Amino acid sequence: MAEKLKALIIGPGNIGTDLLMKAQRSDWIEPVWMVGVEQSEGIQRAQGMGVKTSITGVDGVLEHIAADDIRIAFDATSAYAHAEHARKLNALGVIMVDLTPAAIGPFCVPPVNLAEHSASLTMNVNMVTCGGQATIPMVHAVSRVQSVAYGEIVATVGSKSVGPGTRKNIDEFTRTTSTAVAEIGGAKEGKAIIIINPAEPPLIMRDTVHCLVDEEPDRDAITQSVHEMVAEVQKYVPGYRLVNGPVFDAKRVSTYLEVEGLGDFLPKYAGNLDIMTAAGLRTAEMLAEEVSNGRFALPDRA
Amino acid sequence: MDLQGKKVTLHDMSLRDGMHARRHQISIDEMVSVASGLDEAGMPLIEVTHGDGLGGASVNYGFPAHSDEEYLAAVVPKMKQAKISVLHVPGIGTLDHIRMADDHGASTIRIATHCTEADISEQHICMGRDLSMDTVGFLMMAHMVDEQQFLTQALLMESYGANCIYCTDSAGYMLPDEVTQKISTLRAGLQAETEIGFHGHHNLAMGVANSLAAIEAGANRIDGSVAGLGAGAGNTPLEVLCAVLHRMGAEDGVDLYKVMDVAEDLVVPMMDQPIRVDRDSLTLGYAGVYSSFLLFAKRAGEKYGISARDLLVELGRRGTVGGQEDMIEDLALTMSTEKS
Repeated sequence: MAEKLKALIIGPGNIGTDLLMKAQRSDWIEPVWMVGVEQSEGIQRAQGMGVKTSITGVDGVLEHIAADDIRIAFDATSAYAHAEHARKLNALGVIMVDLTPAAIGPFCVPPVNLAEHSASLTMNVNMVTCGGQATIPMVHAVSRVQSVAYGEIVATVGSKSVGPGTRKNIDEFTRTTSTAVAEIGGAKEGKAIIIINPAEPPLIMRDTVHCLVDEEPDRDAITQSVHEMVAEVQKYVPGYRLVNGPVFDAKRVSTYLEVEGLGDFLPKYAGNLDIMTAAGLRTAEMLAEEVSNGRFALPDRA
Repeated sequence: MDLQGKKVTLHDMSLRDGMHARRHQISIDEMVSVASGLDEAGMPLIEVTHGDGLGGASVNYGFPAHSDEEYLAAVVPKMKQAKISVLHVPGIGTLDHIRMADDHGASTIRIATHCTEADISEQHICMGRDLSMDTVGFLMMAHMVDEQQFLTQALLMESYGANCIYCTDSAGYMLPDEVTQKISTLRAGLQAETEIGFHGHHNLAMGVANSLAAIEAGANRIDGSVAGLGAGAGNTPLEVLCAVLHRMGAEDGVDLYKVMDVAEDLVVPMMDQPIRVDRDSLTLGYAGVYSSFLLFAKRAGEKYGISARDLLVELGRRGTVGGQEDMIEDLALTMSTEKS
């Protein structure tokens, strides 16, 4: 086993903490720092989990980057803060895995296009949105069989799993996801819908993916492709399940999914958050694997 | 009940909520002719949008005969006195759609969220205010929370800049006492200049009674639909409400006979099916289920051999909210697998 790549996490909230728990189990990534902007419960939790903490934002860790050999930074703050974080850390040769909807870097949905990113030494990859992570693999599962004129996803999430940042900027969610359904999913046109449901006990994230294909659908090939893709996602999100489908209705192909989280720091119903942290970590791990087998050279650091 | 002299602003839904009942296939000619008839009758506000609001065109809710843009461009210039409103559901439509509606002369924007999720409406309410539109917060499925929780959500929308807050009985589940309670709580808790509205569905045939209770408790904007054309068993039938208001001496400024004629001569002939309280729409009201699920449940029920009523009751039991139309086929598939 090669040496692990060292990482920092920006944002000690629910997402950052869940990511930290997952990263501490990783064979490829070693989380070293948790970065916040004030003394908080999240910072205390991180201290309790044995990582170094900064409460003066990214500026507070810049001087430690080289000494601690930090190579990867996960940003779990907000789209607005991300641009600044990326600028400062990229300058020091740190690769950003962006869990905000900032979308400065190219979109990354691991089972669909992670290999391309690691091949091209991208310094900033964006993890789209939770709805995108859950559904784009299914759009791609159809579009790799035959052309998709239109892809539409409906993500329904439990009210308790939607934080204030997403609520304030729900338009960014719909727009970013729509764009990625087309760009990464491979549909000519994309649309995304998000529904927030307050039922108690909270519902597990569920997603519907509708594709309108150009020609008569090849049912067997699409069904096989969908099942293979579900298995790919399950490698990093074991609770990713195909509930119904693919259903074929003329040129419509629909799949109905459920995403249950691992229940690390976030509750199990919050599969929408879990799939983000798991996809972010998966991205960093893949990069580490590429470094270890010599297919990817980290930026030079004197 | 004394409504003598109360001023009421009626708001027609036949061309927006009615889109659900027409599977979003109302033609441009029908839109223009109904809207013109209502304009002529003195209807102050008429809503024109996809049934699920701006950007509702989708596999999930149905692709409309024409885009929101085309409908607005056709209807707005024809209005002599009526103002046109649009519905917008954050998570379905985006800010770009609101700009488009404003560009096409819509004067009222109604931002709709589930009754517990008002804090996703801030961006959109702020934009409505920035564009100097009449900006309404539209809290759906109002029966699912108590009046204090409801007020808390209404206050959020008011704080973002909404000048009117709606209590929306999307499931047609509420009875007059509950309407009285919710509207009085809003009236007592919101600023005096904030208007209050009520949007009813007729699934328990309570549309008119609930609207009267709302007016008595302090609401002044009331949604209804000529001939009831709307989701489920339809909205509060506007010509009926209008006749009742006139008998009670409330002031709505609308010509009753002209509204009756629009209902009978224009709207009834364009219905795909009678809008009435049947077994399934009654189930919506009884089980508290979002009204636009009706036709989806009937179709899925037929396709997968499940009773639409069983589907609707189960959707209610699972606490589904507005917009979850995708649950219907999913659930029908699951239920038909369990059956076999």
